[in-house]
Amino acid sequence: MDPRKPSGQFNILGNCKKYGLSTWQCPQFLFLVMGFIIITSEFAFYFLGSYYIKDPRIVILAISGLTGILFIIAFTITKGFENLAESNRMKSEFIGVVSHQLRAPLSNMSWTIDLIMSGRLGKIEASQLEYFKILKENNGRMKDLVSNLLIVSRLQSANLILKNKVFSFEELFNDIAKSFGPYIKASNIEVETNIEKDLPRIFASPDQIKMVVENLLDNAVRYTQSKGKIAIIIKKNGDNVYFSIKDNGVGVPQGDQKYLFQKFFRSENAMKRQTQGSGLGLYIAKSIIEKSKGKMGFSSQENVGTTFWFTLPTKNQ
Amino acid sequence: MKTILFIEDEAVLQKTLSEVLRQENYKVINALDGESGLNLAKLEKPDLILLDLILPKMNGFDVLENLKVSPETKNIPVIVMTNLENIENVEKAIEAGATTYLCKAQYSPTEILEKINKILD
Repeated sequence: MDPRKPSGQFNILGNCKKYGLSTWQCPQFLFLVMGFIIITSEFAFYFLGSYYIKDPRIVILAISGLTGILFIIAFTITKGFENLAESNRMKSEFIGVVSHQLRAPLSNMSWTIDLIMSGRLGKIEASQLEYFKILKENNGRMKDLVSNLLIVSRLQSANLILKNKVFSFEELFNDIAKSFGPYIKASNIEVETNIEKDLPRIFASPDQIKMVVENLLDNAVRYTQSKGKIAIIIKKNGDNVYFSIKDNGVGVPQGDQKYLFQKFFRSENAMKRQTQGSGLGLYIAKSIIEKSKGKMGFSSQENVGTTFWFTLPTKNQ
Repeated sequence: MKTILFIEDEAVLQKTLSEVLRQENYKVINALDGESGLNLAKLEKPDLILLDLILPKMNGFDVLENLKVSPETKNIPVIVMTNLENIENVEKAIEAGATTYLCKAQYSPTEILEKINKILD
């Protein structure tokens, strides 16, 4: 329903959903609440006015004027909110459409590079291969960025549907750790893993949780110096499974910590060490954990290290 | 020689994957839109169909639906290949009878070849 049409304005729940806002942040709902408050207070003023002012016509006139002014102010403010919500929705939609459109040419490039590098079209010289590797790596970075932007767009428009099911977090983690093995070894980093026995299964979306763990593990390796150490703990914590990953990397400066889960934010010392990165990974990770009814946080000390942790429910809550 | 029908409107993707498949001794038939893809499926009765979802003339879901109601094509395995990786589309395609679903941006032609070999073996 189009909120610009008069009938569309009354579909309050539909509009809130469309803007991806909770009911108490929704412009139309706020206007309704303000209207109710204004009417209630006008009645109160009328009774008080009638008590203190003898001529009821003056009271009615003053209250009518005041009501009109308050309604105009309330309408203007909520309309402003609505415009902001609409432009935010359009921004998310724009990111979604552009990202999707970028995927086709990126896939074309990627498949072509893969075909050339496979040697199926003829032998590639080592010096040429080196440059094709650069192309492939940069294409991969663009594809990752586009994928992340698509997820952000879906998160913001509340269109990211998590396919939750009961599964073993331990098994998922072991698979991820296995695939990260060569990368960790090449980075010359020691990983110590401590998994509690008889861990209960969790209720979440395996694909999305995989993305979160991969992101945290990738960050830990990326921002830890060579010969550094990463410690991972997985244990039961009440009705949740608790995961933490501690590194002795560059850490996050105190002043940057409050922005760490904001999208597109990159800490200053992280940028010094790694110029690549979109600043979307942690925002996506936290959003997914919270959407899965879990909690996520971190503690960090500059030049000492960082610990990221999250919890996930063991059953459908 | 096994035959693969590739219904895809991106000519570059058709060219690259077809090259890999031909080198692996597959016969590849290409269609650039849903309608001609469906006609070719009925005519050629391929061993496997690679199907994009966003297609001119007839979208991939409609092609899949038509393939699965026709007795001559309903048993042909279909791999849906698209960049629309949201879960609703995956579920919709699997429910409509697709053998598997993959996101083009996340797979290389060689990885797709492996998937095809696995299904056709």
